[in-house]
Amino acid sequence: MKFQTSAVESEDKFERIGGSSIGGGTFWGLGALLTKTKRFDELLQLASKGQHSSVDMLVKDIYGGSYGYLGLTGDLIASSFGKSATADKEFSKEDMAKSLLHMISNDIGQLACLYAKLHNLSRVYFGGFFIRGHPVTMHTITYSINFFTKGEVQALFLRHEGYLGAIGAFLKGAEEDNPNQYSWGENYAGSSGLMSVSPDMNPMQRARSGTFDMLEMDRLERQLVNLPLLQDPSSYIPDTVDLIEDAQAREYWLYCFEEALDGVVKRAVASQPDIPEAAERAEKFRQKYRHKLQTLRHQPFAYGSLTVRSLLDTREHCLNEFNFPDPYSKIKERENDVALKYYQKAVKSLEELSWEDRQFALVRGVLAGNVFDWGAKAVSEVLESNPEFGFEEAKRRLEERPWLIDSFDQWLERLKGPPHRCALFFVDNSGVDIILGVMPFVRELLSRGTEVVLASNSGPALNDVTNSELQILTERIAAMDPVIE
Amino acid sequence: MAFNCHQRDDDIDEEDETPSKLPRCKKEMPGYFDEEPQNEAAAGRATPERLASNSTARHRKDSVKKTRPPFPWFGMDIGGTLVKLVYFEPKDITAEEEQEEVENLKSIRRFLTSNTAYGTTGIRDVHLELQDLTLCGRTGNLHFIRFPTHDLPAFLQMGRNKHFSSLHTTLCATGGGAFKFESDFRTMADLELHKLDELDCLVRGVLYIDSVMSSGPLECYYFEDPTDPDHCAQKPYTLENPYPMLLVNIGSGVSILAVYSENNYKRVTGTSLGGGTFLGLCCLLTGCSTFEEALEMASQGESTRVDKLVRDIYGGDYERFGLPGWAVASSFGNMMSKEKRESVSKEDLARATLVTITNNIGSITRMCALNENIERVVFVGNFLRVNTLSMKLLAYAMDYWSKGQLKALFLRHEGYFGAVGALLELLHPS
Repeated sequence: MKFQTSAVESEDKFERIGGSSIGGGTFWGLGALLTKTKRFDELLQLASKGQHSSVDMLVKDIYGGSYGYLGLTGDLIASSFGKSATADKEFSKEDMAKSLLHMISNDIGQLACLYAKLHNLSRVYFGGFFIRGHPVTMHTITYSINFFTKGEVQALFLRHEGYLGAIGAFLKGAEEDNPNQYSWGENYAGSSGLMSVSPDMNPMQRARSGTFDMLEMDRLERQLVNLPLLQDPSSYIPDTVDLIEDAQAREYWLYCFEEALDGVVKRAVASQPDIPEAAERAEKFRQKYRHKLQTLRHQPFAYGSLTVRSLLDTREHCLNEFNFPDPYSKIKERENDVALKYYQKAVKSLEELSWEDRQFALVRGVLAGNVFDWGAKAVSEVLESNPEFGFEEAKRRLEERPWLIDSFDQWLERLKGPPHRCALFFVDNSGVDIILGVMPFVRELLSRGTEVVLASNSGPALNDVTNSELQILTERIAAMDPVIE
Repeated sequence: MAFNCHQRDDDIDEEDETPSKLPRCKKEMPGYFDEEPQNEAAAGRATPERLASNSTARHRKDSVKKTRPPFPWFGMDIGGTLVKLVYFEPKDITAEEEQEEVENLKSIRRFLTSNTAYGTTGIRDVHLELQDLTLCGRTGNLHFIRFPTHDLPAFLQMGRNKHFSSLHTTLCATGGGAFKFESDFRTMADLELHKLDELDCLVRGVLYIDSVMSSGPLECYYFEDPTDPDHCAQKPYTLENPYPMLLVNIGSGVSILAVYSENNYKRVTGTSLGGGTFLGLCCLLTGCSTFEEALEMASQGESTRVDKLVRDIYGGDYERFGLPGWAVASSFGNMMSKEKRESVSKEDLARATLVTITNNIGSITRMCALNENIERVVFVGNFLRVNTLSMKLLAYAMDYWSKGQLKALFLRHEGYFGAVGALLELLHPS
């Protein structure tokens, strides 16, 4: 509840450079005394509705306008609570709360700037539970920092501001386990996200028992590292759409995922046919995920950045929470079995083609195979309604060239040259994709003497092929095909 | 040396003879902050040239006696909460002069000097009176008067009643009110204000008062052993080589200036948590209505019951970072709890408000001193009037948190420097 500043040089090197006794406790304590509210959030709510100019003495109250000589505009606060030293007036709770919020936020901002200046720092991160994503507080602090440093210092906020100490303590305690061997990820199912400031904006939240915020983190099996081939990992953004910025895309995808829920629930139940209470759990999953989607509709930033990926991750987390670790497992099995049956035939017909024709067919095969993705709405509808839809059909329906991104000619030219030393293939879906699309392509590379590395998911996601599945599949194919072996 | 007109003559002579002493341009002065006037800048510009150019200097030397303004001589500082007035009472009036003296001028002089209180709220600080002062070739007493800005209309009415405007003197005024009430002066008392910048006046006033030698205690003082409450004593200090100094003016709000020389200063920053905040919060929390009441309550209270200290959180010191258990971790931090809220007295709340505001000013001041590389800090402003508690706290805080590197200094005439500066402008226009 106090305000501390630390200058951080690196993960292990930091210094407590100072602090202030005016912090969240001051806001809460003075606020409770002045407005008789008991809860911190209530106080913030009052502040969001108040007008501080009735309580504060502004520059224009002293100068009748701006203090031009120094460039201080009339609306700046000259003296906080400067107008309340009068016995003949009552001030509203909202106005006093607002004035208090300004007073404390400005003070914190100013001190942060003075410390930043002394230590030549250009970024200030605000942690601690005072701010808790409250827009007015963040706005005031940001304004304050900009004012006092003329925009030279940047104010940054953290979603999990208040948990930093606890998380650190936990990680310290887990040190014997060697934390460098694994990474942590937020579990969207178990985290409450940014609490809505005004409950009326998000009535769903009130249904939760208690007013606890929650953060759940999963320890991933191994450490997450950037692909070494990335030119500039710090600026790389894997997502093509930002659903926070792009309101239209956001609406589309939220709708998409809502519509797809029925299918997912069905599949989840179908993946555990022998377990009677699967249906019950699946329903709970449906409620939970739908609630998350609705929260995101009102507060897109509730879980930080919002992308199609994070929506998928959220779904996976929710499925996991209700014990559906791999709802597509049965489908994947079925599709793999079917595809494997056609493998040898597909390979044989490719062998009969001329070299150039074969290269083209292989590429078309990869493209057509990748169509078989249960994540795509249009595809899943077709696959549901027409189980006979197969690889040949997909190939037939493939777009004519030029494709959207079409570098086939360059690829062909390159192939005429020496074989590549190594190829890294990021695989996608099970079934037709991996077996009839990818594998023949891989086979061709292998026959040229290229080393091929297949990269796949460590955990299930829709009908994506997982690492463990891939091992099994390759073994089965190797049994049929000496080239792959 | 006394800063009177004769001295000034010599100065001006030197200026004529040695052109190499002409003042440097603004940009060469240290600490000059180049920025657009429209910016919401916390740091101000250096003042424009103070010393006169060659031609005006020569003119002044010849006609200094002729350009001496007519009596009465006032300097006025209209602040957010208080109006500060300095009045020069000439004691060297010859019989001849007395005969010629206009009636209302005489009555003004008598009214001001024979009373120590005016109306219900005006006060003359007799203990601050400077006697036998020489200003512009005249000798007399300098009086220090204050009243709430709220009562300015009454003051204007009085000016009107006494036909002040017929005396045709310039009224030099500074502070925000000089701008805000300019039209009121005109319409209600038929007076034209000569408006001046408050910080220019402040710096000028401080440097002048300190340089004046008159019978009485030295203007500047500090607290010895501020960290030892039993032995803390007020000691005089000679502000001989005052530059550079950090000047902290604590009025309704706070302005912090870095002063590098007589003509070179900049406003480093300010804060809205000032005297007005202390009084305002106190009134809301305790129901008091005057500054004196609030201070009285504060002197009786115990802030540690209201604040959350380090030891309340750690059970002792936070050793790793050298924070003693008695340090305040969170001001008003105990007030989050209903029981504690109900167990503290109004006096405790008043004390906590005083301590919180004072310590915050101390923190910001200390950071500014570090950033500007200045070790000497002078605190002025009416927040410190009869407020030994805050002065000692500031002295303590500066000393403790800087490990003795910073020295907190105080001036007896606290909040009057702006008005003095305005008076000086009347007598020695720049």
